[in-house]
Amino acid sequence: MDDLEALEAEARASLAEAGDEAAVDAWRVAWLGRRGRLTTVLRGVRDLPPEVRPRVGAGANRLKAALEDAGDEHRTRLLASAADAESIDVSLPGRNPPLGSLHPITLTRRLLERTFRDMGFDVVEGPDVELEEYNFDRLRIPAGHPARDMWDTIWVAGDDDGPRQLLRTHTSPMQIRYLERREPPIRVIVPGACYRYEATDATHEWMLTQIEGLVIDENLSFAHLKGTLEAFVRRMFGADIETRFRCDYFPFVEPGAELGVRWQGDWLEVLGCGMVHPEIIEDAGLDPERYTGFAFGMGVERVAMLRYGVRDIRHFYRNDVRFLRQFEGRR
Amino acid sequence: MMDVPLKWLANYVDWDFSVEELAHRLSMAGAEVEAIKRSGGEWDQVVIGRVTAVEPHPNADRLRLATVDFGADEPLQVVCGAPNLDTGQTIAFAQVGAQLIDPSTRELRKLRRGKIRGVTSMGMICSERELGLSDEHEGILVLDTEAALGTPLSDVLADVVLDIKPTPNRPDHYSILGIAREVAALSGSTVTEPAATFPESDIPIGERTSVTIEDPEGCPRYTAIVIDGVRIGPSPQWMQDALVSAGMRPINNIVDVTNFVMLEWGQPLHAFDYELLQENRIVVRRARPSEQLELLDGSQLELQPEDLVIADAQRAVALAGIMGGADSEISDTTTTVLLETANFQEATIRRSRAAHTESGTEASRRFEKSLNPELAELAARRAAALIIETAGGTACAGIADEFPGKAHAPQVLVTQRRIEQILSILPSVEEVRGVLSALGISNRWLPPDRFAVSCPPWRSDINVADDVIEEIGRIIGYDNLPSAPLPGSVPDPDLDPQRDLGERIRDLLSGMGLHEIITYVTVGQQESTATSSIGNEEIDSVRLLNPMNAERDRMRTSLRPWGLRTFAQNQREARSALGIFEVGKTFTPNGAGQPTETRMLFALLGGETPASLHGEPARQFDFFDAKGLLEQLGTGLGTTFDLVPGAGDDFLIKGRSAKLSVDGCEVGLIGQVRPATAAAFDVEGDLFALELSIAALAPLLTRSETVAAPSVFPAAVEDLALIVEASCPAGDLAAAIADNGLVESVELFDIYSGDQIPAGRKSVALHVYYRSPDRTLTDRDVEKARRGIVRRLQSQFKAKLRDS
Repeated sequence: MDDLEALEAEARASLAEAGDEAAVDAWRVAWLGRRGRLTTVLRGVRDLPPEVRPRVGAGANRLKAALEDAGDEHRTRLLASAADAESIDVSLPGRNPPLGSLHPITLTRRLLERTFRDMGFDVVEGPDVELEEYNFDRLRIPAGHPARDMWDTIWVAGDDDGPRQLLRTHTSPMQIRYLERREPPIRVIVPGACYRYEATDATHEWMLTQIEGLVIDENLSFAHLKGTLEAFVRRMFGADIETRFRCDYFPFVEPGAELGVRWQGDWLEVLGCGMVHPEIIEDAGLDPERYTGFAFGMGVERVAMLRYGVRDIRHFYRNDVRFLRQFEGRR
Repeated sequence: MMDVPLKWLANYVDWDFSVEELAHRLSMAGAEVEAIKRSGGEWDQVVIGRVTAVEPHPNADRLRLATVDFGADEPLQVVCGAPNLDTGQTIAFAQVGAQLIDPSTRELRKLRRGKIRGVTSMGMICSERELGLSDEHEGILVLDTEAALGTPLSDVLADVVLDIKPTPNRPDHYSILGIAREVAALSGSTVTEPAATFPESDIPIGERTSVTIEDPEGCPRYTAIVIDGVRIGPSPQWMQDALVSAGMRPINNIVDVTNFVMLEWGQPLHAFDYELLQENRIVVRRARPSEQLELLDGSQLELQPEDLVIADAQRAVALAGIMGGADSEISDTTTTVLLETANFQEATIRRSRAAHTESGTEASRRFEKSLNPELAELAARRAAALIIETAGGTACAGIADEFPGKAHAPQVLVTQRRIEQILSILPSVEEVRGVLSALGISNRWLPPDRFAVSCPPWRSDINVADDVIEEIGRIIGYDNLPSAPLPGSVPDPDLDPQRDLGERIRDLLSGMGLHEIITYVTVGQQESTATSSIGNEEIDSVRLLNPMNAERDRMRTSLRPWGLRTFAQNQREARSALGIFEVGKTFTPNGAGQPTETRMLFALLGGETPASLHGEPARQFDFFDAKGLLEQLGTGLGTTFDLVPGAGDDFLIKGRSAKLSVDGCEVGLIGQVRPATAAAFDVEGDLFALELSIAALAPLLTRSETVAAPSVFPAAVEDLALIVEASCPAGDLAAAIADNGLVESVELFDIYSGDQIPAGRKSVALHVYYRSPDRTLTDRDVEKARRGIVRRLQSQFKAKLRDS
């Protein structure tokens, strides 16, 4: 047995001197190879007296396994320290896989859509080129009505016999179109581009993106308008957001309101809203005593300006890639 | 915008909250206060004084020395240059230390004790300009006040003006009384209506004038009152102060009354010199051909046949609802006044206003908001009473009142059930009636459960029950109404595969390094032609009557022009290859119907990726980069785009483009933009475009959502080298190989022509991966499959194995 212990000590000492992978391999051949020293000992076991043969044989086999493990360990250690010795300049730039960007108006529109979808709203779209009838008359804004001044309109040049067409000034015509094909319960938002004949400045664009909302069911009240829009604003701006509803006028709602939030100390108008005018419910073939509901509309650019701290609305449609790159990878 | 001076407002209503609270409550209830303007807030050290003596200045002819008693123990002497200075005047006296406006620099300056031409001045007698009241600086401000000497001037003159932005349904918010009614409802007080009674003579009005309305649609009502024996002069100080505080200029007592009553009631009025009206009568009619009219402001109008005019027996004397004429105006010699209080159709006034004036007048602004014709008589009586009070005279008996547009005011029934249905609360009967009464809306309680309400003369917007309910809700305050979550079921969604596809394309392309752009929908004729698919011929487009920019007067028929412009504008800043894309609509005319709106994808790619630090060489973006993107897009969408060489579109180079189809249906194109077109938009270098019709593609995407389990059996790999005609599309070879049932995939790895390859031919080398889902392939399986493939390639492409 002493022989085995001495042998082990010698083998380990020899391994400790192996300074590279090749030396470990050589050590392995010298000790564990076919003519290796330990192999020779193992082969000699059969010449031992029978009473010691099993003990020495088992000990030699254990030693063989232990030395094999020691060799592997030593090899791993050597590899690790060799890697440690080498170094690269990690401050060099990486090879970037391309990362594109969604437009900030797409990002914000989607955020608004997600928020409303989570609240059970459907999302539909409508035509940009609308009939005067849908954009105005059927929303209770007949020609000559003082409220037409609220929207400066871009008209389509057309033959005199057809109905007059325009670039929709708001997404509200889709209220009428959606009511033409759907029955209550109705819970829908309509995102889309709108157009105003309006001079452009830091806060006004002639092309803008709106999100319209329409909810109609039995016996919905102003309380549901408030509850729904407050929930929306909480989801958008955080649970602590302070809100207020002030009276406002839109010809297609009654009562009409404007929802404001306290933003960095000031009250900021977020959306216009109100109970759907009973005549609009009635024109849709529904009983206004039974069905009530509310509508709302908001500007996506305005929300995007708040969200991204953009101070000039004109950045959005200039599409300067230096602006757009800042949205890389955002969702 | 309506300026509401609080001193004026206080004549009709009381409130007991601060200015800020008042403004807040008005805004919340719908009369939005855009600004609170204060005058006199800075008049520290300025008090009421009296000039007790005036002496000449020893050293200056144009200056005088005034002794001012301002309630202190000792009067003070000041130097004053005002020509209107006189003993006994009550004046605004600025003590040393007061902040005044420097009349020349218009900046605030602190008043110091100083010597003027050798005499010490201990203060100053102020002009209106120095106090910031007006621009007046000809002389000192002479006050008409009973206030004790030494009273701060701000107690006497300071005012707060609310700048209110009325909504289009509330013309009454263009009046002090209209705002007073809001305040009454919000503060629980009541409005005191101004006196409107006056003595009448026994001459019936019918003997003095007549009113004929030839156009009852344009003029639903016209009233005239004739007042004899007036004396023209300045109006009383209180009226002038009121007009100035509301932003109007005093003129004379008659005109001031018409303006005062317009601001008080919201009803415009006009006064004619009765003697200057031919036959002393009024005709309301449309203008005659080539009729002319000189207005009060001196402008000379060529009237149009649509213009509504007020005429006498012969000629137009006023442009109805906008401005009076110059040759019937009130002058110093006027003795008899014909007072017009009328109602005009809003559309008529709007048209004439737009045709003849730049921004309209105070009168047209109100008429355009649609006034109730019932209001006319109330304002007429109030104005007559004020004229007689301020200019003397007597009114004829009665009013000449033509009222063809008289309509029975509808009674609106409001049930308690409806109030509760809309507001989710049920205010008491007393509360409802209190709100309505304070607003001047007459109302009755009809037990057991209804209110009968009628629209007052100064409003036109109370027509259905919900209009009344808004009144109740807004006065209670929307923020005081309950809030509740949405009940009921979630409706089934509408399916919109095109919209969904557009969103997926946005995600895929932005994920591959492209930047999404959103551009304008209008384009110009030139750029539209330059990017047309049929050489220099414009695609028929939807034209606009009043485009924002005259050069872009049509709706886009493709996303190309703005895409090119955007690419060019960004190219200089892009330091690497650039890819942009837009998902948007194009517009195609559709006869008299609405245009067809087609959702499209348009992407542009180009530029150079510079050599990298890590050894990759610089590389120019080329067709196969664009195609790779398309292939990845196809992978993402679960489809394969087939390319048919030659896009057949003049936007692209024929030999470097292809038509795209899915299942045999054309869906778009890909290729290099013609250099001349790219250059016309200032794009430098090669530019590649990808255009897809989302509308055409959406119905073709029928990918199953299921996937296959990966095979556990090993693949066998073989290389094939084929000699084919140089023109043979290598992709077609690969596709034919991939058709074999045992082939898992094919990779093209080499294309070669030259040495050892016959002229006009090329060598195509491919890795072919064979694999079966259910067993390990033997050499014989692979050999058999390969023979089949080679046979097919021989017959289909006349291909030869390179080895054989």
